[in-house]
Amino acid sequence: MDEIFKPSRRTFLRGSAAIAAGTVAGQAVAQDGPDPKITELQDWASYTGVGVDETPYGLPISFESDVVRRNVEWLTASPISSINFTPIHALDGTITPQGCAFERHHSGAIELSKDDYRLMINGLVDRPLIFTYADLERLPRENHVYFCECAANTGMEWAGAQLNGAQFTHGMIHNMEYTGVPLRTLLREAGLDAAGDLADKWVYVEGADASSNGRSIPMEKALDDVLVAFKANGEALRMEHGYPVRLVVPGWEGNMWVKWLRRVQVTDMAVGSREETSKYTDVYENGIARKWTWVMDAKSVITSPSPQMPITHGQGPLVISGLAWSGHGQITRVDVSKDGGITWETARLGKQGDTKALTRFYLDTDWDGSPMLLQSRAIDETGYVQPTKDQLREKRGENAVYHNNCIQTWFVNEEGVAENVEVS
Amino acid sequence: VIEGTYGLGRVAFDEEIAAWDVDVLPDGRGLPEGRGDVFTGEEVFVDKCASCHGDFAEGVGNWPVLAGGFDTLANRDPVKTVGSYWPYLSTAWDYINRSMPFGEAGTLTPDETYAIVAYLLYSNNMVDDDFELSHENFTEVEMYNADGFVVDDRPELEYAEWRTEPCMENCKESVEITMRATFLDVTPDEDVEAA
Repeated sequence: MDEIFKPSRRTFLRGSAAIAAGTVAGQAVAQDGPDPKITELQDWASYTGVGVDETPYGLPISFESDVVRRNVEWLTASPISSINFTPIHALDGTITPQGCAFERHHSGAIELSKDDYRLMINGLVDRPLIFTYADLERLPRENHVYFCECAANTGMEWAGAQLNGAQFTHGMIHNMEYTGVPLRTLLREAGLDAAGDLADKWVYVEGADASSNGRSIPMEKALDDVLVAFKANGEALRMEHGYPVRLVVPGWEGNMWVKWLRRVQVTDMAVGSREETSKYTDVYENGIARKWTWVMDAKSVITSPSPQMPITHGQGPLVISGLAWSGHGQITRVDVSKDGGITWETARLGKQGDTKALTRFYLDTDWDGSPMLLQSRAIDETGYVQPTKDQLREKRGENAVYHNNCIQTWFVNEEGVAENVEVS
Repeated sequence: VIEGTYGLGRVAFDEEIAAWDVDVLPDGRGLPEGRGDVFTGEEVFVDKCASCHGDFAEGVGNWPVLAGGFDTLANRDPVKTVGSYWPYLSTAWDYINRSMPFGEAGTLTPDETYAIVAYLLYSNNMVDDDFELSHENFTEVEMYNADGFVVDDRPELEYAEWRTEPCMENCKESVEITMRATFLDVTPDEDVEAA
């Protein structure tokens, strides 16, 4: 590749620093002599470590301090109604550690105790009901793993390549194992006979926070797989993720996953709340907007190499790793291109994809040190193939804000430094 | 215990439902009785809203613009306001009543909310300065972009086309980089943040 592919000075410096650090972490290559890490007695092999009474609830080791949520100040007017990003570039597998799983609040993360918690079911039901937290724990539970992706994930990238890192371009997502009660169970406790024909009925769901984040969900979905969840990844929800109870709406845009859930109302029409009119509607090029774009379509991203994860080990074996997901069901296949989409190889799935959940893919390859234009392309069980950004823009223009599931390109140069780019 | 249920939960009191069920539907259902005019609304707005949204609802700094932007939705940078974009007036009443002012939500009286919404209509040149909004005339207000929305049509316009076996080899003749994030340089600097 020619001159135009050279990285900016800033990126180059960052990449060089990473490479220098990489040699410290060290790959096993021919040494001048015996390795003192082996031949000299190390402290940890002689002295004792910390006791079991040291850390009742642990945090990651200090060496992993860069694996944290980050925010982008210029995106929003206030950090109270804002977003931060999961460090997906540094994670592997599919389960997102709760402590670094992204947050999106509209009036901040509130502190709501189980004792203070109440859930109301009202509207077109036979008996409007109030549940306490303890009531919810007495109903039959289910466990499911699902992704929660913000509708705006990758939204800053509609008009071009903007943020340099998978965390920022694709990190408004997390994937957890939820424990909870199906929403249908609660609706049946309240009785749906009064609603009559359920085909044209809705549930309006809202949170206990000041923003309320009210959204309308068609009854068919409410009775299908929506969960009223109180555990995630084995423990209680984090405060910032809706403690003690949130809605889980599999495959659908994250905004509908109402946190601190306080009320479910059966209605005969969509409420047309702020979050489904002013926001979470997608403007086309002609000024007309789509509403009720609930499902998150099939999408993927290579998490390593990526701008925050340069190649530091030189030529030879290279693991290309990434995530794929679809709101329509299982991921059945992921293709990877190293030449910007001219040729594709089918990657290996870490394990068979769960429905509406993150799926890990790997392409184990041999890097000859040539520049690469890395792309991944997800395919789901409906046969839907993740589109390019140009395909999306042809249909929608550049002002949709939400639902950007385009194929991402990383340019990797001879140094192993990666950059967010668009290609023809 | 009613057959087919677990008999958990207890019946909600009317007062409890009234306290929490305050949403307003596009057809006006849910509106409480009340009224407020443009002049009153301007006073309330300047007192409680203008520090973020501007005296004329034009927005301050990065805070949302609530007025203007008509006929910009097909532009490169659309200005989506209550006037130019919102399809229902009920949404404005409901959202302001429930979630504004930011940081002091739920403190407005119904009459104050009617007045603020009347002032927003005036700021958007949708009513005259002597206009009074009430639960009685609420649904007579016509919104500029009421017909500006279509239900998700991805199944027809996109899915049919994109559910095909994709190309694997020789998929294009050449590839060029057309845009680069490092030219914009707006990504937070990790070295600084990590320190």
